[in-house]
Amino acid sequence: MAKIGLDKLRHSYLPTPKAPEDYALKEIDLEWTDGGAYALLGPSGCGKSTLLNIISGLLTPSEGRILFDGADVTDLPPDKRNIAQVFQFPVIYDTMTVYDNLAFPLRNRGVEETRVDARVREIATMLELEDRLTTRAANLTPDNKQKISMGRGLVRDDVNVIMFDEPLTVIDPELKWKLRSKLKELHQRIEVTMIYVTHDQTEALTFADQVVVMQDGVIVQIGTPEELFERPRHTFVGHFIGSPGMNILPCEVQGARAAFRGAPVALEGPIERIGTRTEIGIRPEYVRLAADGIPATVRKAADIGRHTVVEAVAGETVVNAIIAGPPPERGTEVHLALEPRQTRLYADGWIATEAGAP
Amino acid sequence: MKSENQRGWFFVLPVLILVAFNALIPLMTVVNYSVQETFGNNQFFWAGMRWFEEILRSERFHAALGRQLFFTATILIIEIPLGVAIALAMPRKGFWVPVCLVLMALPLLIPWNVVGAMWNIFTLPDIGLLGWTLNNVVGIDYNMTQSPVAAWITIIVMDVWHWTSLVVLLAYAGLISIPEAYYQAAKIDGASNWAVFRYIQLPKMKRVLTIAILLRFMDSFNIYTEPFVLTGGGPGNSTTLLSIDLVKVALGQFDLGPAAAMSLIYFGITLGVSWLFYTLMTRDET
Amino acid sequence: MPGPGVGPSLPSGPPTPHSWGPAMTLELKAVKKKVGGEPHIYETSLTFEVGGFNILLGATNAGKSTLIKLMAGLERPSSGEIWAEGRNVTGLNPQKRRIALVHQFFVNYPHMSVFDNIASPLRVQGMPEDEVKTRVHEAADILKLGPMLARRPQELSGGQQQRTALARAIVKDATAIFLDEPLANLDYKLREELRDQLPELLGDRGTVVVYATSEPTEALLLGGHTALLHEGRVTQFGPTTAIYRAPADLTSARVFSDPPINVAEVEKKGDRMHLGALHWQVAAEAAALRDGPYTMGIRPHHITPTEPEGDTVRITGDVQITELSGSESVAHFAVGPTSWVSLAAGIHPYRVGEAHDFFMVPGHCYYFAPDGALAARGRLHHG
Repeated sequence: MAKIGLDKLRHSYLPTPKAPEDYALKEIDLEWTDGGAYALLGPSGCGKSTLLNIISGLLTPSEGRILFDGADVTDLPPDKRNIAQVFQFPVIYDTMTVYDNLAFPLRNRGVEETRVDARVREIATMLELEDRLTTRAANLTPDNKQKISMGRGLVRDDVNVIMFDEPLTVIDPELKWKLRSKLKELHQRIEVTMIYVTHDQTEALTFADQVVVMQDGVIVQIGTPEELFERPRHTFVGHFIGSPGMNILPCEVQGARAAFRGAPVALEGPIERIGTRTEIGIRPEYVRLAADGIPATVRKAADIGRHTVVEAVAGETVVNAIIAGPPPERGTEVHLALEPRQTRLYADGWIATEAGAP
Repeated sequence: MKSENQRGWFFVLPVLILVAFNALIPLMTVVNYSVQETFGNNQFFWAGMRWFEEILRSERFHAALGRQLFFTATILIIEIPLGVAIALAMPRKGFWVPVCLVLMALPLLIPWNVVGAMWNIFTLPDIGLLGWTLNNVVGIDYNMTQSPVAAWITIIVMDVWHWTSLVVLLAYAGLISIPEAYYQAAKIDGASNWAVFRYIQLPKMKRVLTIAILLRFMDSFNIYTEPFVLTGGGPGNSTTLLSIDLVKVALGQFDLGPAAAMSLIYFGITLGVSWLFYTLMTRDET
Repeated sequence: MPGPGVGPSLPSGPPTPHSWGPAMTLELKAVKKKVGGEPHIYETSLTFEVGGFNILLGATNAGKSTLIKLMAGLERPSSGEIWAEGRNVTGLNPQKRRIALVHQFFVNYPHMSVFDNIASPLRVQGMPEDEVKTRVHEAADILKLGPMLARRPQELSGGQQQRTALARAIVKDATAIFLDEPLANLDYKLREELRDQLPELLGDRGTVVVYATSEPTEALLLGGHTALLHEGRVTQFGPTTAIYRAPADLTSARVFSDPPINVAEVEKKGDRMHLGALHWQVAAEAAALRDGPYTMGIRPHHITPTEPEGDTVRITGDVQITELSGSESVAHFAVGPTSWVSLAAGIHPYRVGEAHDFFMVPGHCYYFAPDGALAARGRLHHG
């Protein structure tokens, strides 16, 4: 187990990068404490997998250092870093039994057989694979295969960090829930540092204590799931997290007030600054259909069981609202009320209101 | 609706006719010959199982079969590991990939009789490059028309030269289909190069290697042209493989009955061993 | 109870350029599919109509793709018939039927430009080139591919590649479009975006749209009708929200719940339902049930950490795992041998390892008979 530090990390896949856009990672500085559950979240091509491969040692960064517990490991190969990685598609050794798969990383390191046996059985029990130990791994279902990939990381007690590269891609939704809960449970039990890379906000937020949101090789925000949801620093985070994402409404700022389509909108707190482009950000969860407010027309509504998602149009701006109760008819004229304490102002994409009193 | 789909059979028909003409009918002719005796003039007499018994008891057949088995086993033992080794050494991406592939494919493009003739000339002690070098530069007394050992080494080297490429190409196809994540996982698990080969590459190559072994077995077991052109079965009978012996019986002595029976036994062995190989190698797949 | 074989009793779809005579439908009549003696699809009869999505919902290997292949004519049923546009098309080549298929993987011709990719089905039909041009531009505009027409598929993002595949499907005026988990390989946000557009893109084209997915939420978002599949059987078919609220049996309830539905063995004695030490007054709609064992099902969002109004049952359990998805909190907790999952809006400060109170309203429970069939459902499942 270790504290992980990334120090001025930059990486380019080109031999001689010049412009900033040649870099897949543009200056990453991070400090992760021991035993935490972290997620790297972002769309395809944001650099999250590059970063993961740099931490695991499968890739050497163009610039910067990686520190495990303060020691520079930038030039160490993966097997010397004591890390484990779970890949998108289950990687198992087809010809081996479940037992031998789990024992493999230990045997490679010359651990004595009695110790191997004890560890393998312990981990297999944790993963609920104890009655499959003699089965050939190739004959398992994808979720069990993925459990074995995890198990090969967990079986070593010297692992600094276990990394997950979109590990639930090939798993069915119901099993996804189970496997994700299992992972969470394992983390609570063995407290090893875990880093989880995904484009799926639900996976990132449910798994991690702290989420790093990336875009175009840059970290946009680091925060707890609550912080990212409640008070995204950037409209990208607001949009990317949440389903549907944050409503971003273009607005004008007159003095200390913001107005959307001419009507004043109450904000969470005083405006700190303005830019060339100002927008109001509000989560669909905090938009209500009310007797008065912003007039809009319902374009679409879907009852998804636990709530109803309403898509309304005010002028040319689409506003989503999550409401309880039956969906309104298409074309219904409604009024949208925004919860002032959850209404934020963004200037040039970045948050520009002071946080209101909690 | 139903009739429409029956049309599918029409498309298969040409193949059926083709198979009938080039396999079934000749095979049946051979079966016919194998149970009869002929003295020329198209006169045939029922011989029953006599030819089969005679052949199976004949020492000549045993010797030829032994040589054939020895030849096939030797080239399999050399070509399969060598092919896999070369495939492992080949680059997986970049500029050199197409170059290597073309180089590998070259021997496969040469007709069999040309290969025999090439190696025949190549190994001539007086003017052949290899033969002359071995005799005059290296100082080995090498003449495959006189020494059975030299003849054997030559036909084996020739076959290895000609056919290892096939194994290489098949093994290479198997290798490049392994996702990068497997190698990365193995690195992280601290696996040695041997372990990577044993637990990742070999299992993933198993299917193509099964095909490679089958193809190489069938081809080498039925090999005729190259050794015939190269050594003619000599010196003496030392390189008279089963196929060469069969031609001698059939065309040299015109003993159609025994030759037919021998062909059928030959065919049976090839079929049986191929089946055995295939069953064994695909046994533990589910 | 709508079971297999019972189609939705909808009025036939709106008139379309292609529907003369019978309404445009796609019908499976007692279709079975066996592969090597093993049944992949058990006897299935379904009728899909124009207007709205027809969703096939089920886990991997439930038979979604097999059903699509059967309907598209890529595979032949072992028995039974497939009817389209009022005629039997069983065994008819896909090339001879006006259908389109969009795959999970982005299937485009790599060596052709986006324009040529979209144009390919029209050129195969021998359409004059100037008409091809108008049609392609029309489809490209709908799918926002206008600026990409000259590019090759591999220069596009995943979302754009899949949009190209979709454009190819809609450009040719197909009578049926099959989509086999078309969003599965896209990033979460791209998936959301494209899913949002799909109903508008495909909804009003006078085509039968069949859409396979493994995600219950996707089915609810797309609406229309849904067929639930489990191990080669259609367990239920009907309007999406209706069958979500009234699952025909325990299997259907499990297939159509995300997060997975909570299930517990209960026993009815007189007017009370017993679950271990817990018991509650059965709601009116379950009062007529005979005494005896039942399986209870309740979806996680109906177990809440705050007490709702009305009759509630308090469940106290040790919290084992908590998950926070920003707007929602999930808690896994155990009461004796039964483990429960609660999903609640907002952020709730659970402490792992400690006991918390959770609440459920009996009106949200489903009761299934020992054979799995729905015996009674709570009155609160409106719709």
